[in-house]
Amino acid sequence: MPTMFDYDFMRNAFAAATIVAVLAGVVGYFLVLRGQTFAGHALAHVGFTGATGAVLVGISPLWGLVSMTVAAAIGMGFMGEKLAERDVAIGLVLAFALALGLLFLHFFTAYATQATTLLFGNVLSVDVGTIWILLAISAGTLAVLAVISRPLLFASLQPELAEAKGISLRLYGVLFLVLVALTTAECVQIVGVLLVFALMVGPAAAAQRLTHSVAWGVPTAGLLALLEAWLGITLAFYTDWPTSFWITTLSVAVYLVSLLSSWIGSRGQALLSLRSDTI
Amino acid sequence: MNRAISHRKDDAVEFANVSLRLGGRTVLSGISLHIPANAFIGVLGPNGAGKTTLMRAILGLVPPSNGSISVLGRPATRGNPAIGYIPQMHGASPGLRLRGWDFVAIGAKGHCLGLPRLGKAERADIDRALDLVGARALARQHIGEMSGGERQRLLLAQALIGRPQLLLLDEPLISLDPHRQQEVVALAKTLQVELGVTVLFSAHELNPLLEAMDQVLYLGSGQAALGSVDDVITGPVLSRLYGSAIDVVRLKGRIFVMSGSYDVEQGAHQHDHDHDHAHSHEAHRSHADHV
Repeated sequence: MPTMFDYDFMRNAFAAATIVAVLAGVVGYFLVLRGQTFAGHALAHVGFTGATGAVLVGISPLWGLVSMTVAAAIGMGFMGEKLAERDVAIGLVLAFALALGLLFLHFFTAYATQATTLLFGNVLSVDVGTIWILLAISAGTLAVLAVISRPLLFASLQPELAEAKGISLRLYGVLFLVLVALTTAECVQIVGVLLVFALMVGPAAAAQRLTHSVAWGVPTAGLLALLEAWLGITLAFYTDWPTSFWITTLSVAVYLVSLLSSWIGSRGQALLSLRSDTI
Repeated sequence: MNRAISHRKDDAVEFANVSLRLGGRTVLSGISLHIPANAFIGVLGPNGAGKTTLMRAILGLVPPSNGSISVLGRPATRGNPAIGYIPQMHGASPGLRLRGWDFVAIGAKGHCLGLPRLGKAERADIDRALDLVGARALARQHIGEMSGGERQRLLLAQALIGRPQLLLLDEPLISLDPHRQQEVVALAKTLQVELGVTVLFSAHELNPLLEAMDQVLYLGSGQAALGSVDDVITGPVLSRLYGSAIDVVRLKGRIFVMSGSYDVEQGAHQHDHDHDHAHSHEAHRSHADHV
């Protein structure tokens, strides 16, 4: 009886998911820490326009995604605080981005399945060439993140103090959003535009509940994302249900478990301190 | 640049004919001050008088539109390691599940590139800072689960990293009840004396700082007055700073700054708490204190 690793597309799927999940978990940790999860969502929407536009002019949707999300990230980074209170404007821009993507697809009727792939991902169709590109982008993104992690952490948690110590909040804000953009573009390959949250935010948010230091939180986020992606693909193989459904379901489930465990943890601590008070 | 006043060796901060503008509005105009070293300075004044802007100018974040600022004998520049700073709180990350120690640690060499790994010297510096503010026990707690007073202690520890000579504490008493306020003031005073540093401590109210202050820096209407409480907290000086007739009433060792029958400090305090319903009962309590 053949196992799932006997199939090329399954091996490719695992390779791609491994590369993307680790990146998404690690970058997602900082995204959640900075309270910018919405930025990941927004970049994915804008990326849809880029991907469909790329299909229309005949280049790989991945490059369309990357260039569009990075451009949007730089724009958002420079707008900075001004964006914070403009939810209506942002919402409309995102809606327009999706609508524009829809129009591009309309002109390219031959790619009827392209829309579903972009919106919900299709990790089982990733080819070897794409895997190498994902690996290169992932390695570059993680390397830059490692270099800027210390000031980024400072700027994220104590912005005013970091600024006083000579850190440019804008520079790190823009740089980080570019890293988020690249990560988003990668995530779209696995779970699609609409479910980027599942890989980038779910594991990271759970990791922040389960750990209480950055040194543990970051690897935990990467590991959770990796396990969710692997298990998701495995479940998809045996149930024949969509991979993105499974990955998202696992992401939500793990987050719920983390909520429960941190609730139990704080109850336990409260009990302990109560007991030590009475002694 | 015309430096009207020459630098004195025992000055922590010197303002020479300094004007500060913020978004087209002149916050301070043509101010000259000598803030002495090794002193506790209370920074007071109505909302919008420029207390935060003044601190940001000392930090080199707001360049003066006119005049010059020198800090510990050198021109004010961004990233001055000799300054410790507690920014005004913006409800710093409620629910953040980061241990107190790690939160303080992000300030240690936080501006250097690379992974946030700490050497022996930095770890020792963090422990020392935590000990100085008596926050060793808080080191293992989550920052998101701390009370306002406990968080203020950790922020103070964070400000002490790198052994600064000058501490700028921007409204550290906001949203603390009167008892916790006294604790924070007493701690800041102890640190100022024991470490021999200069503390600039801004607040809405004068009374919590009365015992700790060596001098008061009162801001208002673009002007500033620096001196002892008896010299500065007077009807004529404050009337000039508020731009309206102010009476200073002393009662049982406390001082009330009144405009007609209205307590101006209390008004500012109350207004601030309007944004923060969770703490409004504290404002009412301290209001009742004064009645």
